[in-house]
Amino acid sequence: MALSTEEVLAGLAELVNDETGIATDTVELDKSFTDDLDIDSISMMTIVVNAEEKFDVKIPDEEVKNLKTVGDAVAFITAASA
Amino acid sequence: MSSKRIVVTGIGATSPLAGTAPETWAALLAGKSGTSTLEQEWVERLELPVKFAAQAAVPAVEILQRIETKRLDPSSQFALIAGREAWADAGSPEVDPGRLAVDWATGIGGVWTLLDAWDTLREKGPRRVLPMTVPMLMPNGPAAAIGMDLHARAGVRTVVSACASSTEAIANAYDHLMAGYADVIVTGGSEAAIHPMPIASFAAMQALSKRNDDPATASRPYDVTRDGFVLGEGAAALVLETEEHALARGAKIYAEVVGGSVTSDAYHITAPDPSGSAAARAMLSALDQADASISDVIHINAHATSTPVGDIAEYNALRRVFGDHLDNIAVSATKASTGHLLGGAGAIEAMFTVLALHNRLAPPTINLTSQDPEIPLDVVTSPRALPAGDLLAISNSFGFGGHNAVVAFRSYN
Repeated sequence: MALSTEEVLAGLAELVNDETGIATDTVELDKSFTDDLDIDSISMMTIVVNAEEKFDVKIPDEEVKNLKTVGDAVAFITAASA
Repeated sequence: MSSKRIVVTGIGATSPLAGTAPETWAALLAGKSGTSTLEQEWVERLELPVKFAAQAAVPAVEILQRIETKRLDPSSQFALIAGREAWADAGSPEVDPGRLAVDWATGIGGVWTLLDAWDTLREKGPRRVLPMTVPMLMPNGPAAAIGMDLHARAGVRTVVSACASSTEAIANAYDHLMAGYADVIVTGGSEAAIHPMPIASFAAMQALSKRNDDPATASRPYDVTRDGFVLGEGAAALVLETEEHALARGAKIYAEVVGGSVTSDAYHITAPDPSGSAAARAMLSALDQADASISDVIHINAHATSTPVGDIAEYNALRRVFGDHLDNIAVSATKASTGHLLGGAGAIEAMFTVLALHNRLAPPTINLTSQDPEIPLDVVTSPRALPAGDLLAISNSFGFGGHNAVVAFRSYN
């Protein structure tokens, strides 16, 4: 069953918070993982793997580099869950 | 003989007694025990025969940033906390990074990270294994964490010699400063091995106390009813620097490091050589470096883990070295309060030795209710004033593998 943008954003924000301590309400769709949230590649991989489990989707390694903003990740996960 | 002198200018600790060095020292003097029953669910689920330990009084997650706790094994987290405290205590000096080094120690390394990752791999597959697993579990992780935090570029080294590890690291730091490799070295050790596997293993070899009904009195060095050591965790750090460097910046000086020696038994992987000959040689060598005689020693922080065999073996080595003068030496066995920090033990005990000289006060050995007649030592059981004048003290550590390490300190005026 497809997840809503709001559901994925809220769930992703929790994963980002758990990994980095960044407040969940700071994790917004237009934020860049690297430039705005200061998340490095190691944390990004951990968040991606945790998101795969949480949302029951597959996020291929070659796709991760395209997920520049929170919105990119939410869109990918939402589509993959459909 | 070199006129170069090495001094202690900073201390830090996170221990079963408290989250900082001054609070740890205060709790030690107050006769507190850091040992308590483990409340973790795995104790009952796995039916561990030993259900207590000396856990860090302040969890590292309450001190460090989230990303630091995610990227560092607990053994590195403790190291970072103690290292930062020691550095701040030393006045956070401006040091040429090329003249700043780290000599750290751990007995086991990142055992939590290693075993958690193995569980994850088996239960969830390789993709779920954290990318930082290997750098987190490696035994040099704690040293690297401190080195990066303080920008130490004169070498970041790690000693692994079981329970002798951090005394050996301090001895190495002394050597490295004397040899001119650095002007300032952060040294010490850390351990975070209160995990069911090491508990099961140590219990299987009958090394741990099984006093489950009264954990706070389980660590009882020299007591006739002692039945093993209490597993502890935490870290302690010392900032060592050349006296010249310390004086030039007007640093506070706690004490002088005057010797550090390492020998090996080549006898048995876990049992100490009953003759104590190599342990004795380590003590004599440290005193020789200090240009001191045995009669100069007024205080010893003993290794004294509270095992039936180990406490006697150390006593035999002490008697071999000091002869009748041993009866004049105030001996403290502080593992009674802290438990056994394994790779962090030598560092916290060196810190206690430094503070004993600095404050002219030998710390107490708790839980000694009936002293073993085969160990006739003058054991300090309540804080005891040390005399005025030049004071010399040693701290001993011995480890599985037959490692013997001794550091000697002198009061500084």
